[in-house]
Amino acid sequence: MSSKVTLGVSVAVLATMAAAAIFAPVLAPFPPNEMVHAAFDAPGVGGTLGADGLGRDMLSRILYATRYTFVATLIATTLACMLGVTLAIIAGLSKGWVDIVIGRAIDILMSIPQIIFALIILAIAGVSLTTLILTMAVLQSSTYYRVTRPIAGDLAAMEYVEVGRLRGERLHWYLFKEILPNMVPSLLAQFGLGLSSAALFISSLSFLGIGIQPPAADLGGLVRENALALSTGRLTPLIPAFCIALFCLSVNGIVDWLVGRYSDKPEVK
Amino acid sequence: MTLFANSPVKSFVVTRVASGLVSIFFISFLVFLGTSMLPGDAANALLGQNATPETVLALRTELGLDQPLPVRYFHWLGNALHGDFGTSLSNSQPVINLLVPRLINSLILAFSAAAIVLPLAVGVGLLAAINRGKAIDTATGSISAIFLSMPSFLIGYLLVFIFAVKLGLFPPLSMVRSSASLPTWISALTLPVLTLVLVAQAHVMKLTRAAVLGVMSSDYILMAETKGIPRNRIILKHALPNALSPIVSICMITMAYLIVDVVVIEAVFNYPGMGKLMVDAVAYRDIPMVLACGVLFSTIFISLNFTADLLAMLVNPRQRLPKKGN
Repeated sequence: MSSKVTLGVSVAVLATMAAAAIFAPVLAPFPPNEMVHAAFDAPGVGGTLGADGLGRDMLSRILYATRYTFVATLIATTLACMLGVTLAIIAGLSKGWVDIVIGRAIDILMSIPQIIFALIILAIAGVSLTTLILTMAVLQSSTYYRVTRPIAGDLAAMEYVEVGRLRGERLHWYLFKEILPNMVPSLLAQFGLGLSSAALFISSLSFLGIGIQPPAADLGGLVRENALALSTGRLTPLIPAFCIALFCLSVNGIVDWLVGRYSDKPEVK
Repeated sequence: MTLFANSPVKSFVVTRVASGLVSIFFISFLVFLGTSMLPGDAANALLGQNATPETVLALRTELGLDQPLPVRYFHWLGNALHGDFGTSLSNSQPVINLLVPRLINSLILAFSAAAIVLPLAVGVGLLAAINRGKAIDTATGSISAIFLSMPSFLIGYLLVFIFAVKLGLFPPLSMVRSSASLPTWISALTLPVLTLVLVAQAHVMKLTRAAVLGVMSSDYILMAETKGIPRNRIILKHALPNALSPIVSICMITMAYLIVDVVVIEAVFNYPGMGKLMVDAVAYRDIPMVLACGVLFSTIFISLNFTADLLAMLVNPRQRLPKKGN
């Protein structure tokens, strides 16, 4: 499959999911947290996708869950990117002990398994959406730091940046005119990968029951709620999980296209 | 003597062990700091509805929560080094007694998966590298892309749906007791192990392929190609020995991730391992238990990562010898 086709399909899928997330209140046929059907109604009998164990409408719950997953993923990834890049630029420009301290802190952060770290933080701080998003942002910032720190160091040593400094330009000049634009290609790819890993991470935590709390549920939380219904022989409880997979596949499809576009000339086939 | 007399290996071991210990101290201290800064402490959590100022105060004294933070931390650390992780808040048994059987269960699960996935996925990765750009490479590449995008619980539940619900071959839940017979164990372990294998295979395959192809782009391979040596022979005889160091390190890192991946998989199958123990402890805010599990998980993870780098160094003679000019 050519990368153009993959890109088209990926963008279409993501656009559909984003529309579902944004217009969930309009699109949902029933309120997500009200018992409108009989428990475990089959798809088509009670609502398009049936009902969960409490008789809530599955389709409506999935639409709202997509919304939670999208918002949490986007905020956490954006914060992580901003934090990681800021630290990388500070470390790259200042050198010396500031650089060493930041570098060591990031090393420690990366040497501890992320999900274990998150479990510990959530056990201490208690489970809430804000804590969850902030924890994810801090944990994932290390990857952005790793990607941008060498670039920041190289760029700071570039002649044109030196010239700019000598010319008496201010910090924000070479930051916004020179350093940041040069980071964009690698950052974009990393941001895409970060989106899919954040989506998987938050879904896993919610699946474990320590993410978004009931009655609200994100896609991972919906799987947790409905897993027992698998024994009825229906696959509908897994639809939310398929949504997560579809999201990650599409994001990765776009990242592949980006990497292909920005990398050097492709090798001769 | 011969191996460790070389200064790069020795200094590597010393730095890495030191930085590993720093990470473990950091994570344990973090929990202490966190618990002390928050208003609702273990005493409140434990008493719940029955919390009156008097009972909370009594329990705080009993748990040693009225001591200053550094005192408590070093007290805990000293005990932990002797294998005493305190008493579980949710069922008042020593943490270590609850932890050890669960840890063994988790290790059984992770190592069974590793024993299957490592040879299999390294083999497939090699096959993909040998047949680069051909149908088998594209096919394995697409399959691993799909698995990488799936949450691990989706893979687990799909297997449950097919093999437990539809075909009835295996139990959907793996709530085994250690006294269970071997056939019971095997049938309980099959689905969780298969899930872990599917979760990990994509990474191992992709990285092995990349490692071999990375070596394949070096000049001496081009030389071998221009001499007209067949591609299979070049990969197996010329490229593989040099790709061995990254492959060994991929294998160890995969084991480190398998140990952590069990957290979600154990929840899917209700398997009585350490991951499930930790998740339940988080739900009850059983801090001594969370702390012990967290430190143990981190220690295993850090040691395996360290072993990965050490083995990769030892397999590669160039990294083992002192650098020129030293």
